Amino acid sequence: MDTAMLIEKSALVLLLFLISLGVAAYQTYFERKLAAWIQDRVGPDRAGPFGILQPIADGTKMFLKEDFIPAKADKWLFIIGPGISMFTALITSAVVPWGTNLNLFGRDISLQVADFNIGILFVFGVVSIGVYGIMIGGWASNNKYSLYGAIRASSQMISYELAMGISAITIVMLSGSLSLNDIVKSQHGMNWNIFYQPVAFFIFFITSLAELNRAPFDLPECESELIGGYHTEYSSMKLGLYLFSEYTSMFVSSAIMAILFFGGYNFPGMDAFSGNTLAILSIAAFALKIFLFIFVIMWIRWTIPRFRFDQLMHLGWKVLIPVAIVNMLITGLVVAWNQGWM
Amino acid sequence: MSLQMISVILGSLTIASALMVVLSKHPIRSVIYLVITFFFISAMYILMNAQFLAIVNMIVYAGAIMVLFLFVLMLLNLNKEMEPETSRLGLISALIAGGTLFLVMITALRDTFQYGKGYTALKTPESGLVENLGNLLFSKYLVPFEISSILFIAAMVGAVLLAKREKQVID
Amino acid sequence: MESLTNRKKVVSDKPMTLWEKIYIPAIVGGMMTTFKHMLRRRKTIKYPEETRVFAPVYRGQHVLKRDEQGRENCTACGLCAVACPAEAITMTSAERKKGEEHLYREEKYASSYEINMLRCIFCGLCEEACPKEAVFLTDRIVTTEFERDEFIYGKDKLVEAIDDRIDITKRQFTGKRTEK
Repeated sequence: MDTAMLIEKSALVLLLFLISLGVAAYQTYFERKLAAWIQDRVGPDRAGPFGILQPIADGTKMFLKEDFIPAKADKWLFIIGPGISMFTALITSAVVPWGTNLNLFGRDISLQVADFNIGILFVFGVVSIGVYGIMIGGWASNNKYSLYGAIRASSQMISYELAMGISAITIVMLSGSLSLNDIVKSQHGMNWNIFYQPVAFFIFFITSLAELNRAPFDLPECESELIGGYHTEYSSMKLGLYLFSEYTSMFVSSAIMAILFFGGYNFPGMDAFSGNTLAILSIAAFALKIFLFIFVIMWIRWTIPRFRFDQLMHLGWKVLIPVAIVNMLITGLVVAWNQGWM
Repeated sequence: MSLQMISVILGSLTIASALMVVLSKHPIRSVIYLVITFFFISAMYILMNAQFLAIVNMIVYAGAIMVLFLFVLMLLNLNKEMEPETSRLGLISALIAGGTLFLVMITALRDTFQYGKGYTALKTPESGLVENLGNLLFSKYLVPFEISSILFIAAMVGAVLLAKREKQVID
Repeated sequence: MESLTNRKKVVSDKPMTLWEKIYIPAIVGGMMTTFKHMLRRRKTIKYPEETRVFAPVYRGQHVLKRDEQGRENCTACGLCAVACPAEAITMTSAERKKGEEHLYREEKYASSYEINMLRCIFCGLCEEACPKEAVFLTDRIVTTEFERDEFIYGKDKLVEAIDDRIDITKRQFTGKRTEK
């Protein structure tokens, strides 16, 4: 590995880190605005024009709050919990291809930190460890509500991961590769997977909501039953990290959904451009798709009430998993037929 | 830093965290150390260019099975007072069982020393990638693969049956 | 019986049809509703910059009026205290001394006049009862305080200043009553 490549990759990592944090911060602002609009209110508008500095005010407030660790809590695990959550939320963006190659200073720069040949599995791996942050934090708080939140988070995560994986397998079948880069390239132009796999997309979307602990599946942190769930005992920036990691993973999972089903950075009529113009347009197209997903996720949160836990389990095990398996079987048969194996 | 160095460091870290699983007092901490051990093992797989195995190890063991372990342990009320006293007979039998396992491990280790000390590079670096693994599973090792899948289906059917039976008792 | 509105809905517990069991049409319908709300005009009044327009009949903090020569109208007859349903008004009367004619309009005046703003319900019965055009409710808002006893307004807060009269003509009946 030469030095230029090292610099290039570290710059990209740093940039992605900052962008993820910035996007997460402004997601909180956007979410509050959207909630206000849906409820016929104005929303935050005091800090700066249109309240645009609100996230900075919120962040400052988080930093300045008293950082409290309960006396009976397991101190180290209590500190590690939010860290794990944030880490897993940030690391997924490593395998996301953000656009076509950019040409800078005479070098062809790939806008993907690591082109894993098993990128999609990496995403699932990271998602499956993401729950540890919540579980460890919830258990270490030594509070019954936190513990309930942690238990709910883990059972919900395990149940919905299955349907998520099975629905994503159909995409792997279609594109014939586990690499996110190849999956995006196979959807060149308008040849998006959503047109072939609407059912898989639907299941993937619902399970993503559940994995993100977003409404209507935000049972681990529901205020009305568990007074905040796993982060009941948290304060200051530790709480901030938990909230932040939720928004960061929302950003990244919107990116993953855009890649798997909506062609990632591909957009119709992309053959007319080339070079850096294409790169910038592709980044813009990708950003637009991510924004739309974030919008829909927030829109759902402010529309649909929370599920009851048995309804959640019923939906996961008795509806989503069977439908996903049938969908996978049909896709497998069609792919085998097309390849001439039958 | 050579690969040899990395593998030695990783190996010692793996052993250290595996020891912590046994030595730590609280079961939840044990589980967390076990998760860390799985991570180090995954890192070893990546070192051997077996990325698929590494990630699957992470998803299945660290991500699913250990979450279930943690789930069950969190539901139990584990206090020092609740700990059952182990009888002398139990201690002796545990010692014998553990010792036998240890002997088996040592013999296994002795075998590996025949191939040379420390880290050896793989003969074919691509053998751990998905395509090759898939080809092998569906050609050379097709029968064991299918048999293991039958085993899984049997386990699933058993689990469903158990869940069903419990419900009838409640009714 | 004939229903007053046409919004009556007969509730039934029929088993749901398959279309209803999918839930997705209902969810999409709900999301459309919230989307419509997103595009609506906001009704928020941004308070410190904008204030709500008060109705002409608004009843806020009381004022004890003076007449044109700056003399207090109140004669401490106690009719307002009798009329008050919340029993918020207390007063003590005193006789006007020589040389105080420029302060009080008639021979009797209120040496203290207190309204407990925490008890007051702002019904306006005191101004209805007042025969001397002395007490009126205005469009001013009772300010917040940290202590309960600060809400007991004495004459210092109630009587209008001579050089800073409070205009009540816009929202109150001020025409001199014919019967006196």
